[in-house]
Amino acid sequence: MSWEGDNLLEVTDLAVTFASQEGRVQAVDGISFGIREGETVGLVGESGCGKSISALAILGLVRMMSNSTVTGKVEFMGRDLLALPEHEVRRVRGRDISMIFQDPVTSLNPVLSIERQTTEGMENHLGLSHSDAVKRAIELLEMVGIPKAAERIHDYPHQFSGGMRQRVMIAIALSCNPKLLLADEPTTALDVTIQAQILRLMKQLSRDYGSAIVLITHDLGVVAGMTERILVMYAGRIVESASAGELFAHPHHPYTVGLLRSVPRLDEPRKGSLQSIDGLPPDLAHLPDGCAFAARCELRTEQCRHERPPLAATTPGRLSACFHSDHLVGAPVA
Amino acid sequence: MSPDLPEFEVIIGGEEAGQATAERVEDMAESELAGAEAYGGWLPEAEIIETRGTWTEVWRRFRKDKFAVAGLVIIVILIVVAVGAPLVAPHSPLTQYDSGLTNQGQPVAPGAKFWLGSDTLGRDLLSRLIYGARVSLTIGVLANGFALFLGVIFGIVAGYFRGWLETFVMRATDVMLAFPILLLAIALSSAISKPGIWVLVVVIGIVYWAPMTRVIHGEVLSIREKEFVMAARLTGCTNRRILTRHILPHLVAPIIVYTSLGIATTVLFEASLSYIGLGVQPPTPSWGQMISDGQPYYTSAPWLILFPGLAIMITVLAFNLVGDGLRDAFDPQQRQR
Repeated sequence: MSWEGDNLLEVTDLAVTFASQEGRVQAVDGISFGIREGETVGLVGESGCGKSISALAILGLVRMMSNSTVTGKVEFMGRDLLALPEHEVRRVRGRDISMIFQDPVTSLNPVLSIERQTTEGMENHLGLSHSDAVKRAIELLEMVGIPKAAERIHDYPHQFSGGMRQRVMIAIALSCNPKLLLADEPTTALDVTIQAQILRLMKQLSRDYGSAIVLITHDLGVVAGMTERILVMYAGRIVESASAGELFAHPHHPYTVGLLRSVPRLDEPRKGSLQSIDGLPPDLAHLPDGCAFAARCELRTEQCRHERPPLAATTPGRLSACFHSDHLVGAPVA
Repeated sequence: MSPDLPEFEVIIGGEEAGQATAERVEDMAESELAGAEAYGGWLPEAEIIETRGTWTEVWRRFRKDKFAVAGLVIIVILIVVAVGAPLVAPHSPLTQYDSGLTNQGQPVAPGAKFWLGSDTLGRDLLSRLIYGARVSLTIGVLANGFALFLGVIFGIVAGYFRGWLETFVMRATDVMLAFPILLLAIALSSAISKPGIWVLVVVIGIVYWAPMTRVIHGEVLSIREKEFVMAARLTGCTNRRILTRHILPHLVAPIIVYTSLGIATTVLFEASLSYIGLGVQPPTPSWGQMISDGQPYYTSAPWLILFPGLAIMITVLAFNLVGDGLRDAFDPQQRQR
């Protein structure tokens, strides 16, 4: 595929609304970002802020839901996936972009053997014969650390533990050498000890294969060691974008400040009790006119209540959607 | 141990605690393997215990249900008798024996020659019952198969594609279920000039697709929302592939259960149609038609309606018992009754 551009994936003004009984629910509210080749990016936010829906929308899976409206552009290697017909998008799904789900227990089909589930993508996309696909699947399973892969490939999901199943999911996701891997909370359903292994595995594999990774999580600890750049989402919008190091050292959005304060630190002496962010995220069916975070924000002014702050550059290479980010720029971390 | 217990342990929990422990041990060995592999490649000698397949598991649970096993035995006997009818039947089902009628022209009571007595034309009742089993079972299986075929297709299409297709199919199902089934069948079979086995199969199939559609529709609705369907779509599967490879295997259990229960209903229905003269035409013996023929003699020759009635009852009961047994065997949660 010929394509020359800066970003592998360029999302522009992506918005998703669902029609519900309570009116229009704005799940994703016009987000824009780009992912370069081989880059690892964290997409961070609370439950229900639109992280997962954004990922599904990128893959064209949201528009299949009957009550949804998806607008904006999702350009992957120069082609707008939202404008392509379903059979063209299907060729991209699982081949160029693949996804790992949160819960490996429910995302493997309990009645099909691992063999059938790992080979499916390769047969669909790469046109491999079943025996070739099985050979490659065994290699993949070995690569993700499943012992005796040649025997275990015939087993069924229930014969694997949770961590093992997530390894299988990773093997499936990587089977067609995707250029972009969307990992939706890949470690949330796993033991803490297994989490680190899975994250290390993903990082190593993405390095080996040059796949870009978007790591979707609510856990700042997970993205800290994994990603180069972090996007913070709140109520369907991106509120801050920065490199991982800068974001942790000097957050430029009051929501990020609040998130960081609420993470327990084991590597520093205790400064007092952990702080939470007061209040609740806004109802997505009744978003306020102004900043969605205003009601919970320490820095809010009258302006925040009426006007929506744009995502604007604060310092070079950094973006923040706050009228008062200058209060935070250069300020010591809380 | 990871907090998410694999479903398998839940399935075989309860009385099979020993087995469950064995599997848990295996699972533990597995996580140790994972751990060991990650921290330096030391692998313990893990003994892998052979786990049972779904079918072995279902059969093991089915076997525990004595009534279901009895039903299965009866069905096997019925099938053997029906298939081997010419070898098993003591007489021809169509021959009208002179000795089959008394001097007053009445049917002969059960005795040495005619074990279950003879009918109003002097034919051997037992032989007719045996040949009648062929008709009942053939129609039971074929008609039910046809209803199942329609029901599965309609149910899958409605449940998977949703939208106006679902509305159309499911409202049609509602209409069908609200319709007096026997009346519809009577209308259909009398509209066709020459009733026969195939006509019955089609008529019963058309009448009975609705309940099957409902069951399959409900199952598909729940399965299509499962994450693994989304995952399959993510690997670039077409709808057809998702339906045949990922969803259909989940429908095997309800299909088997409802086949068995459905055959019972169909056998009964065939008997009803034959009873009112719209089923298999004489002289081919059919249980329903035999009851109908014997009815005027119920005081003088009660065996004419007693034995065909028993045959229908036992067959229907057997299929129902097997159906119930299978349902319990496939559904571990329902087992503690």
